[in-house]
Amino acid sequence: MTAVVTPAPSTVDTVARGRVRRAARRRLVITLLALAVLVAFAVTLMVGRTFYPPGDVLRVVLGSDVPGASFTVGTLRLPRAVLAVVAGLSFGLAGVTFQTMLRNPLASPDVIGITSGASAAAAFAIVILGWSGTAVSVTAIVAALGVALLIYMLAFKDGVAGTRLILIGIGVAAMGKSITSYVLSKAGAWDFAEALRWLTGSLNGSTWEATVPALVALLVFGPVLLGQTRNLSALQLGDDTASALGVRVERTRVIAIVAAVALLAFATAACGPIAFVSFLAGPIAARLVGPNGSLLVPAALVGALLVLVADLCGQYAFGTRYPVGVITGVLGAPYLIYLIVRSNRTGGSL
Amino acid sequence: MTATHSLAAEDLTLAYGERTVIEGLDLLVPPGRITAVVGANACGKSTLLRSMSRLLAPRSGRVLLDGKAVHRLPAKELARTLGLLPQSPIAPEGITVADLVGRGRHPHQRVFSRWSKEDDAAVAAALDATETTPLADRAVDELSGGQRQRVWIAMALAQQTDLLLLDEPTTFLDVAHQIEVLDLLTDLNRTRGTTIVMVLHDLNLAARYADHLVALSGGQIHAAGTPEDVLTEECVRAVFGLDSQVIVDPTSGKPLMLPMGRHHTAPRADVLQSTSGS
Repeated sequence: MTAVVTPAPSTVDTVARGRVRRAARRRLVITLLALAVLVAFAVTLMVGRTFYPPGDVLRVVLGSDVPGASFTVGTLRLPRAVLAVVAGLSFGLAGVTFQTMLRNPLASPDVIGITSGASAAAAFAIVILGWSGTAVSVTAIVAALGVALLIYMLAFKDGVAGTRLILIGIGVAAMGKSITSYVLSKAGAWDFAEALRWLTGSLNGSTWEATVPALVALLVFGPVLLGQTRNLSALQLGDDTASALGVRVERTRVIAIVAAVALLAFATAACGPIAFVSFLAGPIAARLVGPNGSLLVPAALVGALLVLVADLCGQYAFGTRYPVGVITGVLGAPYLIYLIVRSNRTGGSL
Repeated sequence: MTATHSLAAEDLTLAYGERTVIEGLDLLVPPGRITAVVGANACGKSTLLRSMSRLLAPRSGRVLLDGKAVHRLPAKELARTLGLLPQSPIAPEGITVADLVGRGRHPHQRVFSRWSKEDDAAVAAALDATETTPLADRAVDELSGGQRQRVWIAMALAQQTDLLLLDEPTTFLDVAHQIEVLDLLTDLNRTRGTTIVMVLHDLNLAARYADHLVALSGGQIHAAGTPEDVLTEECVRAVFGLDSQVIVDPTSGKPLMLPMGRHHTAPRADVLQSTSGS
């Protein structure tokens, strides 16, 4: 073996070609996912009790007044579709951030109790305190950060998300759910769908007032997370290796946790904890993209697609209208069991 | 690349919580040479290495790179001069060799900067140097232990640092792969002047491959110097609590330690005769 300072041109070529190929695969997946999100978004706007053709929908979205369509599409369907996309992107991004950072697909915020903490706080603020709007979002964020901090203190050992963290997280999640149930039992006149919003997540009755804070949070914290892409990729190699590569591990972790928790909390305050979206988005994106670079953007798009499609299914695929969280819950639960079974054998990674 | 960077520890005390591992240690790493750190299990070898690459902040004292405290240097600046290969790095599932080696470019890249020609060249040079070029597009998890270790070393090489610290680079490798890795590190040292500091378990390989041998015991340096000066029967007894016989390695001319346990230590008569007769 000899140490080579100047590489062979053929090797440089191999390296460059491999890199271009990986990037191309990732770009293709991102493009297809973005198109799929766009289509699902359009279908959400067109389909319902009355069908509106794409032309009508487009005119409403662009601001023209179309008799009938303006109210149904502009006031009822548009906020719902936008919230579906915003919440999906937020859940997907936050989930894959946690999974990447903790090197464990089970360590998604909805499995380890952060989402249910936000949800319990939001339900408490609305039902018991009678708050609304920003106050609810802030309560959800504070609670979610509190839960994240609690889990961090209870379970973190040198940044490794072992079984300990997952078990503590599942316990915390159960606590959050029971608080939510208790709060809902105090809310006398709430109807079933409204209650379900805070247990499994629902887009029923979406309004711009609920959507806008989540959208703003996405525009603020999304780029913050994307800015950490390279640092998160380095963290996948282990804390020591990342640190040796010049990553400030603790700082990266704090930025990623705060940004991801904020995304989650704002989305949860708007539509409840849509079950398992943050848990599913990362692994699905990993299957699609393969080991070809960061999963942040693909997972965000998968999240949006999941919420849009699950909401369409929940509304129209069955005789009864189910909230979106029921559908994603049915999809997510078997996968959770599969992962737990598999992680016993291999230790599991994203 | 030059070999003029100086790395030193000054009155260094390291601890995990209440447990002090290294106490008041002074160490000078000779520039452009290969240094091996040896010692009993849990004597603080890895801890010392982690602190020298600022993974662990000292309780007191300093680690100095070119006279500046490493814990004060900007993280990326340090990572362009000083590389570390930890004992058990983690390869993400399915990652390709070229991609993993490319991660070594991190300290040379900015947040949203594009991948550059220099990055490609550095990765290619690292692959060539470790003879992992044919593996470039393979998944790391499909490789054998020896191949995988060469890939991790390639990642550290892509970082293009003048100083390279390695924590037990030969663990879990069979003897042929151990030699392969140590030969590779020697090549690096000789052709590029890379200063190498490595923790090794095998005393005899350490004595053969190191220019400078450091024996740690009880959080202190018991002895440091050339392998001939350090690897003695007294040293082995003091550091490992083991009786031994140190002879001259007929292959390398370096000291060779033969452990003496409670069994199998009576020399065969014919061997004794042939040595005394010669």
